[in-house]
Amino acid sequence: MTVTQHERVVRIGAGAGYSGDRIEPAVELAEHGALDYLVFECLAERTIAIAQQARSKDPELGYDPLLETRMHAVLPAASRNGVRIVSNMGAANPLAAARKTAEIARSLGLGGIRIAAITGDDVLDAVRSGDYRFEESGERVADYDTRLVSANAYLGAGAIVDALAAGAQIVLTGRVADPSLFVAPLIHEFGWRMDDWPTLGQATVIGHLLECAGQITGGYFADPGFKDVPALARLGFPIAEVGPDGAVVITKLAQAGGRVTEATCKEQLLYEIHDPRRYLQPDVVADFSAVHIEQEGPDRVRVSGGNGAPRTDTLKVSVAYFDGFIGEGQISYAGPGALARARLALDIVRERLALTGVQTHELRFDLIGVNALHGETLAAGSGEPYEVRARVTGRTASLAQAVRIGNEVETLYTNGPAGGGGVTKSAREVVAVQSVLLPREQVKPAFTMVEA
Amino acid sequence: MKLRELAHSRTGDKGNTLNISVICYDARHYEHLRAVLTPERVKAHLGDVVRGNVMRYELPAIAAFNFVLGDALGGGVTRSLALDAHGKSLSSALMGLEVEAPVGG
Repeated sequence: MTVTQHERVVRIGAGAGYSGDRIEPAVELAEHGALDYLVFECLAERTIAIAQQARSKDPELGYDPLLETRMHAVLPAASRNGVRIVSNMGAANPLAAARKTAEIARSLGLGGIRIAAITGDDVLDAVRSGDYRFEESGERVADYDTRLVSANAYLGAGAIVDALAAGAQIVLTGRVADPSLFVAPLIHEFGWRMDDWPTLGQATVIGHLLECAGQITGGYFADPGFKDVPALARLGFPIAEVGPDGAVVITKLAQAGGRVTEATCKEQLLYEIHDPRRYLQPDVVADFSAVHIEQEGPDRVRVSGGNGAPRTDTLKVSVAYFDGFIGEGQISYAGPGALARARLALDIVRERLALTGVQTHELRFDLIGVNALHGETLAAGSGEPYEVRARVTGRTASLAQAVRIGNEVETLYTNGPAGGGGVTKSAREVVAVQSVLLPREQVKPAFTMVEA
Repeated sequence: MKLRELAHSRTGDKGNTLNISVICYDARHYEHLRAVLTPERVKAHLGDVVRGNVMRYELPAIAAFNFVLGDALGGGVTRSLALDAHGKSLSSALMGLEVEAPVGG
């Protein structure tokens, strides 16, 4: 299907691919992208649990820590150019995020903006009281009772579509499937049915391609001499030009850095998916297996052929829980004999942890620069590095035990091999995440409108 | 030759499962890689880091494969002790695999 001149095209941009992403590319898109929508994906698997901890200390917190910075930066241009915003920056508290955004809009002289907060993803009570088992480990969730931090269902596009239909110019959500943040405005604009599986499958392809922002415009792609990308320091974020049947061209602003090619689109299409025929989403079971990708001009790539089958009866829920502590220490060696001294350092710490009775459930000894990333086998025979960094990390039941791991690395300064330098140490509590499947009827998405 | 000369790659993580794409630069090399880049060979190459099964999905429409590697992330990114808890650097490990050159270049 070709997008012709007289066919209506909706332009969606991606303003962030993760919580800490660059700010200026989003402002650039709001200013110059001629966008209808700008979507910010900011919620990693564990982020919502951290936000939940913030909310439990202050009921007006629990939204994305960069929400204020992003809104201050992007709202003036978005408002001036009629760009609607969809984002999961609501994290563990979408209502507070909407109130804060309204406050920011008023302070910028942008009163009257309608901001919707999507709720219903918080299903901690349902998960706590039901008989559910973790998909990964098979353990009963109920057995984790006192350790549970949060449980959030991956919502689909539905409530966002409702909020847009009610006139929301900004929609802030908690946990929503990342592609659904993009699928929702397309359903709203083109009036697609919620059981038009092939079209929702193609829409999911679009959302999936855009959700990591710069990862499709040349970010996370460059490999000098093999895959070169210009101006990564000024990387532009992507724009999707979508037609009424879901036909799409992925592109970027001409003045922005990066590039959009068949290769960048293919890498992103397969990013974080398993079976390409069955990509399970709350709106549809998407099928990427027949997706066709074709360069139609410089930095313009046409993507077609996404398909879909009926959605499943369950929603995935990410359950976060306290999972003990991790302690870590690192020290560097360089020059002749660096590798032998680093190995000796690891041996000493291993023996010290045993001698002094540090209680650990799991220990790991790495040589950064040698075997820390790919293991011993692939490292073998690649020659001795000039510099190497010894790293010891372990899992413990208490913070006090975790601290002792880093301390034993630090004592190598005066008790270990010659020439060790640059010690760092840390100890932290772990919030781990596993998932359960919850029947859809247990989840009740809704929106609340806040006016600036 | 190294796989890197025929294909490019990106790694993604979900829980304790890793996926590594292998995308042909030239679609004409797809059948060759389909023959030589078996899941068993990928599993053997990444043996230190992948404890579970390796599945290969084929995407002829874009001349690519998706390898899905079980039990590859030390319990998952949220609790792993690994320096690269996401396993993001493992696409480069696979690109270093020595493969037979395709006939006719």
